[in-house]
Amino acid sequence: MLGFLVRRVAVLIPTFIGVSLVAFIFIRLLPGDPIYVMSGERTLPPERYQELIHQYGFDQPIWKQYVVYVEQLAHGDLGTSINTKRPVLSEFMALFPATVELSLAAMLIAIVLGIPAGVIAAVKRGSILDHGLMSTALVGYSMPIFWWALLLIIVFAGWLGIAPVSGRIGLTYFFKPVTGFMLIDSLISGQKGAFQSAVSHLILPSIVLGTIPLAIIARQTRSAMLEVLNEDYVRTARAKGLPPSRVIGIHALRNALIPVVTTIGLQTGYLLTGAILTETIFSWPGIGKWMIDSISRRDYPAVQGGLVLIALVVMAVNLAVDLVYGLVNPRIRHVG
Amino acid sequence: MKRFAYLMATTALALGVALGAAEAKGLVYCAEGSPEGWDPALYTAGTTFDFSSQPVFNRLVEFTPGTTKTQPGLAESWEISPDGLEYTFHLRKGVKFHTTDFFTPTRDLNADDVIFSFDRQGNKDNPWYNYAGGNWEYYVGMSMPDLVKSWTKVDDYTVKLTLKSPNAPMLANLAMDFASIVSKEYADQLAKDGHMDDFNQKPVGTGPFIYVDYQKDAVARYKANPDYWAGKPKLDDLVIAVTPDAAVRVQKLKAGECDVIPYPNPADIEALKSDASLTVMQQEGLNVGYLAYNTLQKPFDDARVRKALNMAINKQAIIDAVFQGTGVAAKNPIPPTMWSYRQDTVDDPYDPDGAKKLLDEAGVKDLKMKVWAMPVQRPYNPNARRMAELIQADFAKVGVTAEIVSYEWGEYLKRGAAKDRDGALLQGWTGDNGDPDNFLNVLLGCDGIGGTNRAEWCNKEFDDLVKKAATISDQAERTKLYEQAQAIFKDQAPWATIAHSVITVPMAKKVQGFVMDPLGHHQFGNVDVTE
Amino acid sequence: MAEIPLRDPAGTEVHARPGRLADFWSHYAENRGAVIGLAVFVLLVFLAVFADFVAPYAPDAQFRDAFLQPPSWAEGGSARFLLGTDAVGRDMLSRLIHGARYSLSIGVVVVALGLLLGVVLGLVAGYFRGWIDTVIMRVMDIILAFPSLLLALVMVAILGPGLENAVIALALTLQPHFVRLVRGSVLAERGKEYVVSARVAGAGPIRLMFRTILPNCMAPLIVQATLSFSNAILDAAALGFLGMGAQPPRPEWGTMLAESREFVLRAWWVVTFPGLAILVTVLAINLIGDGLRDALDPKLRRS
Repeated sequence: MLGFLVRRVAVLIPTFIGVSLVAFIFIRLLPGDPIYVMSGERTLPPERYQELIHQYGFDQPIWKQYVVYVEQLAHGDLGTSINTKRPVLSEFMALFPATVELSLAAMLIAIVLGIPAGVIAAVKRGSILDHGLMSTALVGYSMPIFWWALLLIIVFAGWLGIAPVSGRIGLTYFFKPVTGFMLIDSLISGQKGAFQSAVSHLILPSIVLGTIPLAIIARQTRSAMLEVLNEDYVRTARAKGLPPSRVIGIHALRNALIPVVTTIGLQTGYLLTGAILTETIFSWPGIGKWMIDSISRRDYPAVQGGLVLIALVVMAVNLAVDLVYGLVNPRIRHVG
Repeated sequence: MKRFAYLMATTALALGVALGAAEAKGLVYCAEGSPEGWDPALYTAGTTFDFSSQPVFNRLVEFTPGTTKTQPGLAESWEISPDGLEYTFHLRKGVKFHTTDFFTPTRDLNADDVIFSFDRQGNKDNPWYNYAGGNWEYYVGMSMPDLVKSWTKVDDYTVKLTLKSPNAPMLANLAMDFASIVSKEYADQLAKDGHMDDFNQKPVGTGPFIYVDYQKDAVARYKANPDYWAGKPKLDDLVIAVTPDAAVRVQKLKAGECDVIPYPNPADIEALKSDASLTVMQQEGLNVGYLAYNTLQKPFDDARVRKALNMAINKQAIIDAVFQGTGVAAKNPIPPTMWSYRQDTVDDPYDPDGAKKLLDEAGVKDLKMKVWAMPVQRPYNPNARRMAELIQADFAKVGVTAEIVSYEWGEYLKRGAAKDRDGALLQGWTGDNGDPDNFLNVLLGCDGIGGTNRAEWCNKEFDDLVKKAATISDQAERTKLYEQAQAIFKDQAPWATIAHSVITVPMAKKVQGFVMDPLGHHQFGNVDVTE
Repeated sequence: MAEIPLRDPAGTEVHARPGRLADFWSHYAENRGAVIGLAVFVLLVFLAVFADFVAPYAPDAQFRDAFLQPPSWAEGGSARFLLGTDAVGRDMLSRLIHGARYSLSIGVVVVALGLLLGVVLGLVAGYFRGWIDTVIMRVMDIILAFPSLLLALVMVAILGPGLENAVIALALTLQPHFVRLVRGSVLAERGKEYVVSARVAGAGPIRLMFRTILPNCMAPLIVQATLSFSNAILDAAALGFLGMGAQPPRPEWGTMLAESREFVLRAWWVVTFPGLAILVTVLAINLIGDGLRDALDPKLRRS
């Protein structure tokens, strides 16, 4: 297992170097000028402009900028945001828990609803229930989630007026972040109603973000279950007269879940993509929205650092998925 | 789903109870964006000022609420020397800086704080000059380095400002956000502890509200300053929540989660006005949106061509479709709320036939041109692309083919300012200090060519009038000069003046004493709430 | 956007034989959803191709007397504009019909570009192995380490917002999936008897790659292409929604949705219809994709 781990990490190193190089190159290729965005309609005098360009090091030759960048990266320094003038890493860390919380909630919804839906559809194969569930799943899988979010806002906030549509918690609650996870912090704070408020703010965004993973998991679970139900050992178990709930619950589901777990892990990349849209629509203070804002502000250091950090997160999660998969399925350890 | 609805309902109920039960008077303002930082002198965005300079800080001179006139602030009084070069400010005594859990002041405001506040922005040897990236954008933007000769301390409560040349708008400059007075004692303490960056994270000022806490991109909290020199604010707590989506802000206002919101979508305003639980305040903003021709290029160097195109534009359709009624057609380059606005100006009529005739007269046939549309929403133009589409259709009717071009915002600003820009540019301006000089000289003076003068228009007669007006302190005399300048502008038509937007601030009925600020700030120092 | 794990591609073999098409169709037609999806898709293609004749008005015709008019059946609507008008008085129905052109052609071009790149790189990597394989696959790893939409956003920011650039960015973010798929198939096929005998018979590498191996990787590739088609449409709409895709006044659905966001509480029709159009299109293509997978993948046919 250790050898497997070392091999996996070793493969990641060149990828990470590549990722940091790509982020660097992208930023140098970006047209537009953060300094002009900063000054708005009030254009800067040319001397002042030169001064600022120099201050941010944009007047250095590219290779020198790259050397500085790599040196800083090696020290865990991702530069300073032009917009807020704070370190990119601390900006990222301040917002990252919000994205993690939203993603976990979305995955929770997807798993809790998706796996049972898939199992039921597989067991009742060909029934109206199966068709209904799978049609719904396909609609969910085809959903433009930014539009789905707007619809939910129209219905739950506009017509019914029962759901909050932005932020992470009601504005009447006030406590210092301890973990950065609003659900936990609101519980720690001990303030009455704070937890409910945090939950209610989380519901619509996590439904939106969870929709596509939910559909994928339901479909995946169904086909994995169907395959397993046809396997000999399940047939044997059935033939032996074990109760159906036991056959499905213990024998079939456990084996069907192996590919499903991989599917769940593979959703990380999607969750970050979806978070960009979901956070933008629900004003959720996470890294997706931060990246969008940083791109439109041409906040070079923030975009560059953000790309590196997000890629790092994706790689780390994929590694974790590999490891888990390696654990449940020892065959794979010796491949690749 | 039923359980979900139930959960929502109970939560809403719990929220309502929590709000009703609160004894302290609180107000929630849902701002349109996040503050970039907390030291007002580092930034230029109005959003940032709503978080920092307005609640937390004061200036030597303040704008009288609701006007662009100035009144005493931290300076109780001042004298200006007859030659207009020396300003002597007498500071208010007994003004306390905020006591917070990160700073306790040991002395009152004095001349050192005032000198420090400006010295750090202009003096390269000041240790604070380079902190937090050291971009004193507004100080530079208002040409302060070219205007100010020195700041000197006369005694603890007297400060003298010496100028290089007389400049009538200076007093208004000192009422601007970048001129907020910060605490030197706090700065010294942070420098000693090696936490200089905190100066831009945890503000300490003299203003009506004390900074308590800020959660990035989410919410900032303040409490009333009990020692405020102008009297303790009526609100006990102020919350400013970051709510970037305009539709969401309206939603939250209706739900009672926000008490005051800025910039609702024009489309929602009618519904807000008809809502009995809300008050909707409106005022013409201190801005102008315009289409600037490049007067250095053929055929736009011919005033007849510019006039003809102006006549081809159906402004009313733009007001209806782009501003949804929240704008007024502009005939002058300065907004109607500004002194010296020329009432007598007659706007170019909407007259496609006349436009065609005028183009023929100028010998222009089959004109192909570019119309630049900015990619972002601005206070003076809620949707430049839509505006450009309408103008494109209008131009087509007089035989002019317009192509709409756009760039990323920074690129747009850079390329739009270039002297060899190809095409007419949609642009605009929001006033900084309420002085006509800030529009007429900055946007149309010869010095602005290749920069803020997007029409690249240099008219000697106009320029002389405007330059002269800046050196005179008598307002009536200045008004006359500015009116003449506006007449020349209209005659020469370097721009198609399009619209002044109307700023709308909807709020809950319980909010009392809110005053709309022509400069676009949202201030809560005098606001009260009634249950 | 998301990936549906595919069946093991190595298990799929399609060999040419007479009546293949009829056989394929009979399997495809078993899936009722797939047939419906195909019908909807054909209708959409028809609308897109003949938009100029079908749409009641030009997509950019502004009716200054009818800003934000509701659909015909709603209060205040009229039969003149079946689905109402937008903020500058353009007919929603006409814009939606013309929008089908954009969405479908985006999908086609993105998939074509992605396929081209992916097939070539995948064949090369799988056939030659060695350092060239390592380099190609590392580059693909790097691309896949970024969330696709984020990568596309940054690339569009570099190239400049616009439909063409969005297409290029999306094709680049999509192609690693094709590369991996083709490479995997090639690795599985290259040792098989028919490849070896073709090589012995003197076939060159190009011929081996494209004529001998590629046709036998087609089934999973077709399924993946269909899925990519719908993902490309969704991602392009998302880019448009974020203001980085097609630029107004082009009636691309995502862009229309972005333009209409401010009316979310006042004029539901400008928000609802473009999104519905995206959903229906993507759904139709995914139905086809499911049908294709079932029909092409014998392993799954029994389910």
